[in-house]
Amino acid sequence: MSEPMFKLNCPLPLAGHERVLMAHGGGGRMMSVLIAQIFRQAFDNPELETRHDGAVLTLAPGRLAMSTDSYVIRPLVFPGGDIGTLAVNGTVNDLAMCGARPLYLSAAFILEEGLEIATLWQVALSMRQAAERAGVRIVTGDTKVVERGHGDGLYINTTGIGRLEHALRIAPASVRPGDAVLISGDVGRHGMAVLAARENLSFHSPIESDCAPLADTVMALLQQGIEVHCLRDATRGGLAAVLNEIASDAGLRIDCDDAAIPVDRAVREACELLGLDPLQVANEGCFVAFVAQRHSDAALATLRSFNPRAALIGAVLDAQPGLVTLSTELGGRRILDMPMGELLPRIC
Amino acid sequence: MKYLDEYRDAPACQRYLAAIARITTRPWTIMEVCGGQTHAIVRFGLQELLPPHIELVHGPGCPVCVTPLEIIDKALALAARPEVIFCSFGDMLRVPGSRQDLQTVRGAGGDVRVVYSALDCLHIAREHPHKQIVFFAVGFETTAPGNALLVARAAREGLSNLSLLVSHVLVPPAIEAILSSPQNRVQAFLAAGHVCAVMGTAAYQPLAARYHAPLVVTGFEPLDILQGLYMCVRQLEQGRAEVENQYVRSVRAEGNPEAQALIASVFGVVTRQWRGMGEIPASGWGLSPAYRAFDAEHRFDLARVSAPEPAECISGQILQGQKKPAECPAFGLRCTPQHPLGATMVSAEGTCAAYYQYRNCESA
Amino acid sequence: MCLAIPGEVRAISGDTLLERTGSIAYGSIIKQASLAFVPEARVGDYVLVHAGVAISLIAQTEAQRIFDYLDRIDESAR
Repeated sequence: MSEPMFKLNCPLPLAGHERVLMAHGGGGRMMSVLIAQIFRQAFDNPELETRHDGAVLTLAPGRLAMSTDSYVIRPLVFPGGDIGTLAVNGTVNDLAMCGARPLYLSAAFILEEGLEIATLWQVALSMRQAAERAGVRIVTGDTKVVERGHGDGLYINTTGIGRLEHALRIAPASVRPGDAVLISGDVGRHGMAVLAARENLSFHSPIESDCAPLADTVMALLQQGIEVHCLRDATRGGLAAVLNEIASDAGLRIDCDDAAIPVDRAVREACELLGLDPLQVANEGCFVAFVAQRHSDAALATLRSFNPRAALIGAVLDAQPGLVTLSTELGGRRILDMPMGELLPRIC
Repeated sequence: MKYLDEYRDAPACQRYLAAIARITTRPWTIMEVCGGQTHAIVRFGLQELLPPHIELVHGPGCPVCVTPLEIIDKALALAARPEVIFCSFGDMLRVPGSRQDLQTVRGAGGDVRVVYSALDCLHIAREHPHKQIVFFAVGFETTAPGNALLVARAAREGLSNLSLLVSHVLVPPAIEAILSSPQNRVQAFLAAGHVCAVMGTAAYQPLAARYHAPLVVTGFEPLDILQGLYMCVRQLEQGRAEVENQYVRSVRAEGNPEAQALIASVFGVVTRQWRGMGEIPASGWGLSPAYRAFDAEHRFDLARVSAPEPAECISGQILQGQKKPAECPAFGLRCTPQHPLGATMVSAEGTCAAYYQYRNCESA
Repeated sequence: MCLAIPGEVRAISGDTLLERTGSIAYGSIIKQASLAFVPEARVGDYVLVHAGVAISLIAQTEAQRIFDYLDRIDESAR
């Protein structure tokens, strides 16, 4: 699913500096040079070129969506992406989950003294590429540097705004009994890609993060006139967290079919090995859609046109509010609970 | 995955379920000892698929659940020391001590690391020669070979900055404690398959004979558990009480001799406290005198901590199969996986956590 | 503590018995595990691995028994 990174035809910026220094955050010349040669060069758009404290934007009238997220992942680079790809796609997707067309992002960077400039440049390029793919512009930002030992190399916060081009109210409160529950792709890849990189698992073909923008898929659903009641992307906590949150917020029950939930073979194997449940593992390019039952087939067809692994995984019931159940491989049924918090692999 | 997926075959499971239903004429109470088996029963929803007069009771086969409060508190004290890198399997991180758990200690600045294998500690010790690496060696016999290997290799390499906080426990004395209790309701056991892969099956013969209870060495996939249950019920219905081996692809009667040899050299039998069950004589392993230098309790000056369990927690009776979680007044109210009062609610395989998982489904 | 997974031995290394290590394949994943306790294991064998340590050799000839047993009990019930 990942595309090869294109390379800009210019040498590594900030010649003479291999690592970020405290002075790069000092507000003086070195910081100006850092911003010019890394961020303005990578992101390259008219709003940034005004070099103001903020970006002035003109938007057509109508409802706006705004979302913010911070990215603190370790390692910074993993199969299928890096912290930059996450920082763009994560906020783009949160806007898409509101049913908005993402338009502009801000990007704030907290750099740790000692971070390699080459890494920062790679991240900036990833963000540029992700922004282009998602159709957004990074129009304003901030840079700070903290002392060595006070940050995991790099933290990024992105805030985004987008426009709603429809009249639906997409929220848990709109979910109704009988709604179809669909998923846009296979689950568990991002978390396992990161964990595998940390734990030195090697694969015949490595598990790659599914980090990707989802706005086009959501726009397609909306443009088709699908009655979308709720959308949520399954990030930390995985599918289990999303279903539990929405069941609880909507005050309804969700029944799912385990066999229908798409899980990549390598992800399943890695989960067996580490004692994890793929339904509790993070994703970065996968969302759940609750749509009116009569539009279920059309919604599935649209989702499949973007990702053939999209599937119908369950239904909403007017029963024990907040309960999420899962059919088992043997025909029984069990509760799918909210994950505990940090993923603690079982050994026992 | 080979030798795994085949034992989840739904049609074969249904056939075993039908066979169990055919031969069951009376109610039977069967205990499965190992937390891994509890987990599989919950994950595949086996209890609700079995005939109603077969009652499955979950035993103390969850080392996380039975590690005494005193040891947890010692672990917390060690993990908080600035010179210590405290290494543990993931499941121990949320087990509550008297006042906190390893996760909170990490939040306060303790260097607590999750490892997937005891041998990972060798790398960490080599990489941090100026730190003291302490490994939390908790587990049943299954984990002992790896822990013994850690000690043997550390000794061979002359690693002076590695030690183990040992709380190994043994299955046969626990089964005997349960069977000999006047409140015992358990009539047969699914014995822990991986424990027997290491230790063999000989230790269970005297138990089956003395207490007239069938003991079937069982694996961990749904088909294994169902075949094990079938074999148990058949013995019960026929009035037999023998040790049988369901898990023949992984378990030999003599177990693993190489593992037993290294364990015998590195560890010695000791009396252990079992959280909720009290002291059981000769029920655990500690480091043998030859390897005492690697014993964290010997290397560090650890205060003897004696702390009472929360009064409400009845995990001891639950671990012995004498009570069900639903009989605990705190269950699901004051005691939940998010706010556990005792170890059986903390561990993903603890009985209380397992029951909490399928609590409402039964009324659904 | 019982989570143990069967995997195929793809390669073996290590100078001494205590250091004997295998590259073990679990489906499409490969990870190292100690083979110190299964000295008889060869490339192509399946071992049962718990927490990075192989504790048993899978007796492949016995793996079918659970299905043969099922056929027998179903047969006798007819």
